[in-house]
Formats: sequence, C-alpha cells, structure tokens
Amino acid sequence: MSHVNFTFDPQWWTTLHAPFMGNAFLAGICIAVASGVMGYFTIARHSTFAAHALAHIGLPGATGAVLLGLPVSMGLGIFALGGALTIGALGKRASQREIATGTVLAFATGLGLFFARLSTSATQQMQSILFGSILTITNGQIVGFVVFDAVLILLLAVIYRPLLFSSLDEQVAQAKGVPIALMNVAFMAVMAGVVTIAVPAVGTLLVFALVITPAATANIIAPSPFRSMLIASCLCLVSIWGGLAISAMFPAPPSFIIVTISTLFWAVAKAVNGLRQR
Amino acid sequence: MHTSPPRPAKPQDNAIIFDDARVTRGDRVIWRNGSFSIPTGSVTAIVGTNGAGKTTMMNVELGLIPLSAGSVTVLGSPAGSANARIGYVPQSYTSEVDANITSEQSVLLGLTGMRFGIHPVTRAQRDKARRAMEFAGIADRARYRLSQLSGGQRQRVAIAQALVSDPKLLMLDEPLANLDLASQRATVHVLARLNRELGTTIQVVAHDLNMLLPILTGAVYLLDGHPHYAAMDEVLDADLLTHLYGTQVQVVTTPQGDIFVTPSPDEPQDATQDVHDPTEVAQFHHHHGDRPRRVDHDEEGRQ
Repeated sequence: MSHVNFTFDPQWWTTLHAPFMGNAFLAGICIAVASGVMGYFTIARHSTFAAHALAHIGLPGATGAVLLGLPVSMGLGIFALGGALTIGALGKRASQREIATGTVLAFATGLGLFFARLSTSATQQMQSILFGSILTITNGQIVGFVVFDAVLILLLAVIYRPLLFSSLDEQVAQAKGVPIALMNVAFMAVMAGVVTIAVPAVGTLLVFALVITPAATANIIAPSPFRSMLIASCLCLVSIWGGLAISAMFPAPPSFIIVTISTLFWAVAKAVNGLRQR
Repeated sequence: MHTSPPRPAKPQDNAIIFDDARVTRGDRVIWRNGSFSIPTGSVTAIVGTNGAGKTTMMNVELGLIPLSAGSVTVLGSPAGSANARIGYVPQSYTSEVDANITSEQSVLLGLTGMRFGIHPVTRAQRDKARRAMEFAGIADRARYRLSQLSGGQRQRVAIAQALVSDPKLLMLDEPLANLDLASQRATVHVLARLNRELGTTIQVVAHDLNMLLPILTGAVYLLDGHPHYAAMDEVLDADLLTHLYGTQVQVVTTPQGDIFVTPSPDEPQDATQDVHDPTEVAQFHHHHGDRPRRVDHDEEGRQ
C-alpha cells in the first residue's frame, strides 16, 4: 500500500448532475420500491437464504449472456426465474432447505466463473456482475425497471392479503382455502425479478444487504406489514442515494457505500432495540 | 375446575362422520376402517401414540389429505368443502416469529387473509377481531407484536384468529403442548366457555388427557391402525388406555371426583411392555357398543 487516495472531491455536486447519475438515481427509486415490499415477504416466509441464492443462480445466466452477446439482465433474469420456479415448485419448505440451496448456490457461482473465463468480455464484466455497477445503468434498463415495478404493484394489489396470510401462517391459510402453492410460485417468481433489478446496483454478492437488510431494519421499527414495507423502501432508497452521493465525494465504489449505509441502519436499529428491551 | 356436562346430541346431528375411511402414504396404510360419528356440540380428543396419524386425521377432516377409500363428512359436507366454517389452530404457534405483526393484525387475517384484491379493513371486522380476542382472553395484548408474546399468549392469539370467523367446529393440534400449567388451564377454560356458551364443536389432538378430562365428552383413539370413537366413560378404561399408550396406565378418581390418567407407579421390572393380545384387542375395537366398559378405579393393571 504505497498510496491510498482518500481525499474529498470538491466537484461532487457537479458529478451528481452527470447524465449517468440521473439513471442511477432513477434506478435507486425502482429498486427501493421493489426491495422494500418484497423484502418483508421474504423475511416473513423464512426465505431470505433462498432469495440470496437466486442472485447467485442468476450469475451463470449473466456471464453466459455476455458470452452469447445478449444483455446481462436478460441472462440473469432467465436463470433467476428458472431457479425461482424450481424452488417455488418444490414448496415453501424447500426454500428452507439450507444445504440444498447452499450447494446449488456454490455450483451456480462456479458455473458463472466458468462461463466468464470463456471470453474476455465476460471476464471484464465479471466484477460488475458480482459487485454491481450502478453508474452504468442504461435508459433501456430503467424502462425495464419501471415496467417491473408497475407489474409488481398491480400483482400485489390483487394477491396482497392471501400472500401475507400464507407467508405468516401457511397451515391455517391452506386450511382456509388460500392456494398456497400458487402463492409460493408467485412469490419466488417476483423475487427473481427483484433480484434481477437489484443486481445491477450492488451485484449478486451484495444483494442481500439491499433487498433483505432494509426490510429487517423496518421490521424492528414498524409494527405492521404495510408500514414496514414503506419504511424498508425509504431505507433502501436512502442507502442507494446516499451511496451515490458519498461515492461522488470520496473515491469509494458506490456498492460499498450503499451496503455500508444499509448495514449501519440495521446495526443501529438492532442496538437501540436491544437497549430498550433491557 | 369446570365440569360441563356432555350435551345431549341428536343422533342425526353429527359434526363429523367417518365412513370406512382409509389413508395411505405411499404404500403404507396410516389407518383404515375408520367408521364413526362425532356429535355436534361435543368436545373430542384425538389420542394415540406418536406417529399413529393424529395430525393426519385433522388434515383429512380439512380435506388437505385425500382418502384412499371411504368418505369423511364434516359439518354436512364432504371434507374440505366446509372449511370456511372450521377454525383450525395448528401447532405452529410455538415456532419462531420473524414477522413484526401485532396480535390484532394476526387475528384480522383470519377474516381477511383469504380475499384477493384491495379490501381495507372495516370497523365491523375490527370489532369482530376485538370480540374474538376478548373471548380468548388476549384482548389486552392486541397491540403487542407476536414476537413479544409468550407461547401461551401466542396460542390464544391463534385461537382468536380461528374464532374470528365464527366457526361451528374448532380443531386444535396439541394446544397444550409446551405450555406451562397456568397457560394450559387458561386454554382449557377458553375451550370450555366456547363449547358451553357458543355450542362450538371442539376437537383436540392431545398427548396428555388429564388437563382436558373435565371438558371432554369423547375421544377418537387411534389404535392398531384403526380410528375409533367412544364416549368418555368408555375411553377412561385402564385396559384400553394401557393399550393405547403402550405402557401400564391406571385411571384414578380423587375423593373430590377429579379423574386422572396416570402411569402405574409400581410396574414390575419384568413386566412385558407390550400387553397386546390380538383377541383381546379385537374386543376393544368392535364391542364397546354392546359391552360397556366401566371405569374400574382400583384396577392396578392386569398382571
């Protein structure tokens, strides 16, 4: 370590007005809406590890897409959706099978590396897939994000209560006639979409901190599902926008700052809650 | 404690009717030849050893597990089609709660959780939830999160959630397991009131009968792969219970009139644990109608 440059950049305000920053801020809104809402269900369903694994299952899709000259998001989305439908079809309990999930996760990551090594362009993209590159999000991606959010909100308007009931109380919901298998598949499919739009921001490795952590923090703060989702979306948005601003001021990757802010919120909420309960 | 007398049921007025019902999982028969009727307004325990198929029986009654033969009628309809009039409390209330919802929201889901589309919670629904929580004795914890409640309190929230839709039949899977004595009493008290004041038919999967004895009117016992139903005075038979539990059991009545089922304290070392004798067991199964078995309180086993 001969020289670590960690100086404040006085031009940061100008940097924030660059065109690529506009897309990054818009992406932040889309990701925050999707993550905040679905993070709650993921925690309620005890499926956080499965959700995390979806990002890794998407990795070979992403590097494979580069290999074939297709958009990264497309490959990622297709693989994540395939993984999601498989896990979903196996039932909610399957998503709790940590060993099977972890094994598939590791294999998928290895496969992703293999695809990446098959071409130089994929090798170059590997880092941005693993750790995200929110500053390179294109207009086309933004359109895709907005469409996804719109579909997500429409879908949730229809299935909100049965999904909530089956997430919190699956046995009772089933006895009451909620189609729990359908809810499970719907949840996993939507999660694949959330992962697909969150990975460009922070990458497959850090997606947990963006999708799950704000929801976990919100669960500590808010005593109702709906408020929890709102707060989680806000926390997620502050993390992303704060990450963009701070990474414009200091030479640090946005993904790192985003994940750091999200983790700090969670740690503070945990600590305050712990102190209050004593 | 409360001793509600068994309410007389009209013979045609049965909440649950099994007709030669059989359940298989893969190649294995869980139980078969299930033919009995449980009267409306009764409080019934489902008893049997671990793995005898007690929870399976509830799932059959809810239509969640298909029969491989025979039929089960619940509240006048084939199993599974009357579930809107059934309250179900699974054993899962004991598991970890990661979600942040409050007791009240959990109870409300019992009313609203099945509905697709946007339906804001109405005042009438809130009042209903409030009444169900009052009945279950948990109204003072309405604004608490489930994660802040004890196992017994969470269980009463689950009962309130089942009650909120005014069920005619309430089914509870091991409602007393993992509860301390006070919580067990509180739960039994709620069930007794429910049966007495609202006439709800109640069915309970139970390991330990003692807490429930004051309110039970009968029991479904799963023995040797067959389910049977019998009124309580027939079930409280040391011989039958000994077969049922697979260990020496005696039935004791205290001078106050309380009845207890208890393992024999003085079981000899060389006693054979398995006291099944096929011909005897066959008699237990098929003849309790014409051979009423009286409780013999002095019986010390059958050595």
